[in-house]
Amino acid sequence: MKKLLSFFPALLALVLLSNFTDGPAGYQVGDKVADFKLKNIDGKMMSLADNKAAKGYIVVFTCNTCPYAKAYESRIIELHQKYAPQGYPVVAINPNDPATVPGDSYAEMKARAASKKYPFAYLQDETQQVARTYGATRTPHLYVVSKRGADMVVSYIGAIDDNSEDAKLVKTKYVEQAMTDILAGKPAATSSTKAIGCTIKWKKA
Amino acid sequence: MKLFPILFLAAGLLVAAPGHAQRVSVIKLPELQKRLSRQNDTTYVVNFWATWCAPCVKELPLFEQLNTTHAGKKVKVLLVSMDYASQLDKKVKPFVLKRGLKSEVVLLNETDPNTYMEQVDPKWSGALPFTVIWNGKKSKRATFEKEFTQAELSAEINKFLL
Repeated sequence: MKKLLSFFPALLALVLLSNFTDGPAGYQVGDKVADFKLKNIDGKMMSLADNKAAKGYIVVFTCNTCPYAKAYESRIIELHQKYAPQGYPVVAINPNDPATVPGDSYAEMKARAASKKYPFAYLQDETQQVARTYGATRTPHLYVVSKRGADMVVSYIGAIDDNSEDAKLVKTKYVEQAMTDILAGKPAATSSTKAIGCTIKWKKA
Repeated sequence: MKLFPILFLAAGLLVAAPGHAQRVSVIKLPELQKRLSRQNDTTYVVNFWATWCAPCVKELPLFEQLNTTHAGKKVKVLLVSMDYASQLDKKVKPFVLKRGLKSEVVLLNETDPNTYMEQVDPKWSGALPFTVIWNGKKSKRATFEKEFTQAELSAEINKFLL
């Protein structure tokens, strides 16, 4: 009986923990982000801290294979061209398991970046730990992080704009709206939006 | 002479007759919301999918099977395609035809996910597949932003049939 009772706290802890993981996973706007070290398509490892001049980053979880990611590819390049000179370069991270999606292998990432002349870093999240830490669920899934003293803080999470299929029909450019506020030193008026995308292809446990 | 249009209509009806097969209506958010709030004793299983979404396509047969395994148990499946409306004739209709889908298929023609997702369900982060199961009369509703196994799906649906 005693033995059984001593089980209860452990059981309770387990239940509490599992409830906890059901809650909102990953970063929310305002959270401090942990730096990462991921392999770029140029073979070098990259961290957010590497670029001392950056005021922040536009971090996009994206991939080679998702139709939504492809539809947004040139708009992601445009975001970099517009905001890198203002201190917010794009960092693209591919979190997909290449064993599930061969088109998202490191070699394919290099090929895609070369053929589309990516002006930004394209990193492979090999362990998928960064995507999990951020709470990314799909591609594309975008986060704006901004430097606050020694920290990087999440300023915006969500969609690029309101029309994935046709850039010409876009009415609201969510990221650009947020960036206007962020660059003016204000919190984004709309700091989180929803977007559709392909589920991240997680490694089979 | 006047018989021609009537014959044409009759032929059309015959083609459309076998269930919802090969018919995909294009709907807007208000119509979907109406369908997501029916207050009767039917358990609705609404699956959001797309022809380009591999895990969605893989689990479609599970939803299709419900039409036979749960026949007569007041379970209704609605497959909501999130393909672009421009792909209706090129991709969606041929897919539905080729797979011989028996469940009702509609295509949600909305462009701004930030507006419609919240109204479908606040818990939907934006990934596909996404599934809503609910029963209006029992005031029970559950959402799943993941791919099901057959066992998981049956277990979840059976909770609604108790």
